[in-house]
Amino acid sequence: MTSTEATERVRPRISFYEDRRGILSWILTLDHKRIGLLYLIFVIVFFFSGVVLGFFMRLEMVAPGGTIMGPQTYNALFTLHGIIMIFLVVIPAIPTVFGNFFLPIQIGARDVAFPRINLLSWWLYVSGAVIVFFSVFTGGGPPDTGWTFYAPYSLRTTVNVPLAVFGVFILGMSSILTGINLVTTTHRLRAPGMAWKRLPLFVWGIYATSWVQILATPIIGITMVLVFLDRFFGVGIFDPAKGGDPILYQHMFWIYSHPATYIMILPAMGIVSDVVPVFARKKIFGYTAIALSGMAIAAVGSLVWGHHMFVSGQSDFADILFSLLTFLVAIPSAIKVFNWVATLHKGSIVIEPPLLFCLSFIFLFSIGGLTGLIQGALAPNMHLHDTYWIPAHFHYIIFGGMGFGLFAGFHYWFPKMFGRMYNRRTAIRAWVVLLIGFNIFYFSMFLLGWDGMPRRYWDYLPQFRTLHLTATFGSWILIAGLILMFGNLFRGLFRGEKAQDNPWDGVTLEWQISSPPPTENFEKIPVIRHGPHDFKELEQNG
Amino acid sequence: MDDAKAPVFEEGIDYTGAKLGMWLFILSELLLFGGMFILYAINRYKNPDDFHHASKELDVVLGTLNTIILLTSSLSVAVSITAVQKGARRLPMVLLMVTMALGLVFLVNKGFEWTTKIGHGIYPNSPALLARPKGEILFFGLYYIMTGLHGLHVLIGVCVLFVMLILLIKDKLNPTHFTPLENAGLYWHLVDIIWIFLYPLFYLIT
Repeated sequence: MTSTEATERVRPRISFYEDRRGILSWILTLDHKRIGLLYLIFVIVFFFSGVVLGFFMRLEMVAPGGTIMGPQTYNALFTLHGIIMIFLVVIPAIPTVFGNFFLPIQIGARDVAFPRINLLSWWLYVSGAVIVFFSVFTGGGPPDTGWTFYAPYSLRTTVNVPLAVFGVFILGMSSILTGINLVTTTHRLRAPGMAWKRLPLFVWGIYATSWVQILATPIIGITMVLVFLDRFFGVGIFDPAKGGDPILYQHMFWIYSHPATYIMILPAMGIVSDVVPVFARKKIFGYTAIALSGMAIAAVGSLVWGHHMFVSGQSDFADILFSLLTFLVAIPSAIKVFNWVATLHKGSIVIEPPLLFCLSFIFLFSIGGLTGLIQGALAPNMHLHDTYWIPAHFHYIIFGGMGFGLFAGFHYWFPKMFGRMYNRRTAIRAWVVLLIGFNIFYFSMFLLGWDGMPRRYWDYLPQFRTLHLTATFGSWILIAGLILMFGNLFRGLFRGEKAQDNPWDGVTLEWQISSPPPTENFEKIPVIRHGPHDFKELEQNG
Repeated sequence: MDDAKAPVFEEGIDYTGAKLGMWLFILSELLLFGGMFILYAINRYKNPDDFHHASKELDVVLGTLNTIILLTSSLSVAVSITAVQKGARRLPMVLLMVTMALGLVFLVNKGFEWTTKIGHGIYPNSPALLARPKGEILFFGLYYIMTGLHGLHVLIGVCVLFVMLILLIKDKLNPTHFTPLENAGLYWHLVDIIWIFLYPLFYLIT
């Protein structure tokens, strides 16, 4: 009885939704949960904008020749698809939505270390997004450089590159501030007894990510500033006509943008590491190995950028070194995969939507990771560089990995965030549709790339027709799955049954408070006495 | 594991956390300039002679003067922090005003330097500059960007110190609560130390 009384006491009834009302209480909020939801709204809106752009790109490629648009429109579409998906969706999504919402709760804190800077980050994110948005409709037209803004083309093209790179710079500032906030929070605000080895693995994932955000983002910041200054003052640091070096631009760009792919994947790996043990009802296998391999990925992953430039004319020595480092980064990634599989082994597995999304994460990420090794080797890279193989590979990592990890997070934390439950059977159906559509779509792109279909082309030779048709067909199934999944979640938001506080029997702290959580998270800061995976039934069985 | 230690922090202001956040921010600033220093290093390695000749044209006296000014300002901001810690009221205000004044003098000198160069027709994309060897175009391009970016940081630093001055006047800083000023001081030292590297790289490499 005493224990129930105790739990009653730490659960105030008013949720953070009901605490204050009105639009200002949201856009000027300092509550980490509300800021997380503010990000969520924008991330979903931008995700669907990116999906629509991708849909039209695929529709254009359904048949050879011009189908529904001209080449310039196609160039703008793949550029905007890239900018929106990379800078507005996949980089910020998990750290800002789930990191903001759940990291403080999972470590037993009332908020992040710097709530006001957290709000500033969100405003910067919105400002950056607005600037990118305006770059589409003003100036000489939407950017057509690809999301990479490669010099010297980005310095010469007449379209509105300066505004877009300025927007990316602002988004970078937002990302750095979020990183600083979450690292400080993890260091300073852990509840008593929350030792490093008791942190939930999601916290470890976000922690490693935040370091990359702090250390790598400034480099793209300065690079974007240089492109911006070049467009207005003709400084010429990357302009070969003035002695500048475009290869240096590529280095500067990828010094950030390769680690950025780990900003995308590490938090998703954190979600998987948190979800798998809950539904296997088993302690995670190799806790320390997973936690430290995340840090290792962050560290080694920051040194592999040159593998994007094997055909750029950099030295053979650099090629060999970057290729070697690329192979090394596969080791900590594989450690994680093996540990997840080992956790499932002999667990009492409960099949629920979050687990299914995690399983598909492991499957798709493995394909993405192994194909990454193929293109990371020097000889195959000559053949595969700038073909459809590359977008196929990184969509397996970014969408199959990060995207499905994000979806796992949606389905895992949905009842906690909104206090309602979605329809689980529909969620599983949506997962099946998504998985089928995804593989038809992107696996065809692997085959296209292997056969030599160049990426970013608006047209193609007749021999690629069947595979392009298949890929476009797959994209329709994928979009149907997305609509089904988000429709189901959206319906659950309003019509779903009331969720219990702990529907999955999780043992991390967010499941010990009410759904949705109260503003102050905990009435009393909890004292932590065990690790993140000590399930009750395991304790009872000894 | 029951004796596992984690920081116990419940209420009030976490000074250690505030300083940790500031150091992380400084780290990101250093990397921002780090990108520029990489560009400088590579371009100088490729064009040693042009950099040598171009550097000769910069005003070493003005550069040295600015170095002395900025170093002195770092001293005055450091002393102002100690003064606040010891409970002084007027002294830290005076010292902050001295620091801000020195920062502004630095910017004025920089402005003279730039306008002189621009008067000689040397500015990005100018016909006179484009007629020169490519290494010199790069040198002056880097010169304008790096000192410009640094100047912007000096300006931001002066603004931050101004806010600190207002906090002092409003009696918001005292021997138990001085972390904002300490963090502002850290930022000012960052601005200073970046200049310590810019100075030899642009003025003293001939």
